[in-house]
Amino acid sequence: MAQRGRIAAGSAVLVAAAAALVLPDWIISLATIAFANGLVVLGLIVLWRAGLVSFGQALYYCIGAYAVALIGRANGVTDALLLMLIGGVSAGLVAFVVGFLLARYREIFFAMLSLALSMILYGVLVKAESLGSTDGFSVAAPTFFGYAPHQDKLLVALYWLVLAVCAIAAFLVDAYFRSLSGALAMPVRDNEIRVEFLGMSVSRLIHTKLVISGLLAGMGGALAALAIGHVDPNMSYWTTSGEFVFITILSGAGSVVPAFVGSLAFESLRSLAFAVLPQLWQMLLGSVLLLTILFLPLGLGSLIMRLRWRRRADAS
Amino acid sequence: MNAPILAVRDLGKRFGSMTAARDITVSVPAHQTVGVIGSNGAGKTTFINMITGHLRPTNGTIHFEERDITGLRSRRITAMGISRSFQVAQIFPSLTVFENMCAAAAVGRAPKNFMGHLYTPLRSRESVAETETLLELFEIARYRDTLAATLPQGVRKLLDIGMAVAGSPRLLLLDEPTSGISIEEKFDLMQVVMSALRSRKITVLFVEHDMEIVERFAERVLAFYDGTVIADGTPAATLADARIQTLISGPRGKGAASAIADV
Repeated sequence: MAQRGRIAAGSAVLVAAAAALVLPDWIISLATIAFANGLVVLGLIVLWRAGLVSFGQALYYCIGAYAVALIGRANGVTDALLLMLIGGVSAGLVAFVVGFLLARYREIFFAMLSLALSMILYGVLVKAESLGSTDGFSVAAPTFFGYAPHQDKLLVALYWLVLAVCAIAAFLVDAYFRSLSGALAMPVRDNEIRVEFLGMSVSRLIHTKLVISGLLAGMGGALAALAIGHVDPNMSYWTTSGEFVFITILSGAGSVVPAFVGSLAFESLRSLAFAVLPQLWQMLLGSVLLLTILFLPLGLGSLIMRLRWRRRADAS
Repeated sequence: MNAPILAVRDLGKRFGSMTAARDITVSVPAHQTVGVIGSNGAGKTTFINMITGHLRPTNGTIHFEERDITGLRSRRITAMGISRSFQVAQIFPSLTVFENMCAAAAVGRAPKNFMGHLYTPLRSRESVAETETLLELFEIARYRDTLAATLPQGVRKLLDIGMAVAGSPRLLLLDEPTSGISIEEKFDLMQVVMSALRSRKITVLFVEHDMEIVERFAERVLAFYDGTVIADGTPAATLADARIQTLISGPRGKGAASAIADV
């Protein structure tokens, strides 16, 4: 992202933050969840660029969410920022450990193994009666550095926190994409032998990506838990992972901003589909996925690219 | 005389009961250009794979700049200054020529640790400058923005070798640099490669089947047969050896003899 892109993205964040003062509650709460999920999608994009598709990102999402809920229940910690960091770090640690295994696999084996790991967690949570089994349990209302808002104010405070976290994450991941470690994603996807003979360890490069994506998914899960006020084992179910992959296809892996635009588009679409076609909402989502793959194979992000090309073509 | 850049002693490799290489003792002084010849299965590639750490030798030692590198991992060896190119060019097909070379140049110049890889950008002023220099040096600058997947064979080979050079190696091993290249193009390609390597003062070992290329470009020839070196000397002397002619190169024509006269 060039300097101009960064300024544009920064302004967009400010506009989104200011919009909270005028928008109705239901839109703010929809956007909060959408942007929290956008963090998970950002993590998937990190992997996607190296040719890896994880069908088990719900593992880290769920760990982040349960970490928040459990710490809140056991120690009475309610500070939102601290809880989010705990959720992210817990998921990042798990990603670091399972990364030793996952970094050795590619393609469908990688996808299925990551799915299997998330389903193991699902199985454990469903059996764990002390954690509410399939019902899950609720999360206490968060505070912000001692400030304890209620209802409308809580909604807006949480929205701003999510927005700030997303902005920082997008900025850092964008810097990562330009670093040697991040920019070698495409070379890794293309030809691992050559990357090794340039003197870089492919498995370490992939392991790094796994930890980054786990960390992001954990933070996303933690923020979602705070926003929803409840956690349950479905957060680790494979359909949750599938949804994240869906949003990633919708967004495209070209840059960082589309992760959040795509996530917002998906949540809006789902609400719309649910309101318009309560019986057939999944069919509508499926059709959108189909149309995206057919007509926008590089995702929403490629729309901006096309616009830029057209402008350049007009100029010359 | 200076210490050799590469010193190999009693090197051998067995796969079960099969001996792929045995009793190889060779020492190469810096800045020499060495041609490696031998029929298929004679142990040339096994020899190269042992030096680059791709295969672990069963016995013997390898010293590079007086440091023992026997059995080290290939990444360590690359970092120490030995690089290689491949019989089938190993490039990144969905990136452009510039992006291919820039990735190699950036890795070559980055600090060799985890944090270094996180804070060094791929496209820095230095890596881009080095990329442009290498593209000029290997005469592929006009393909700069072409996708590597669509390149003609000769350009692929040049890109592959250029990427090996981007890490600033002191010793470069070329595994059949002219394989898959038409006879008319071979000499031009080798000319570009050799003058580029000479300008960077790189010691070269190249595996080659075409004896005219060997005579024209090598200062010294190692002839492999049955897993070991059976002759080691100047191209003229080695290729004139009746035994080498029977076992490896075949009887030489008049054309080859006059080619030596030019050199």
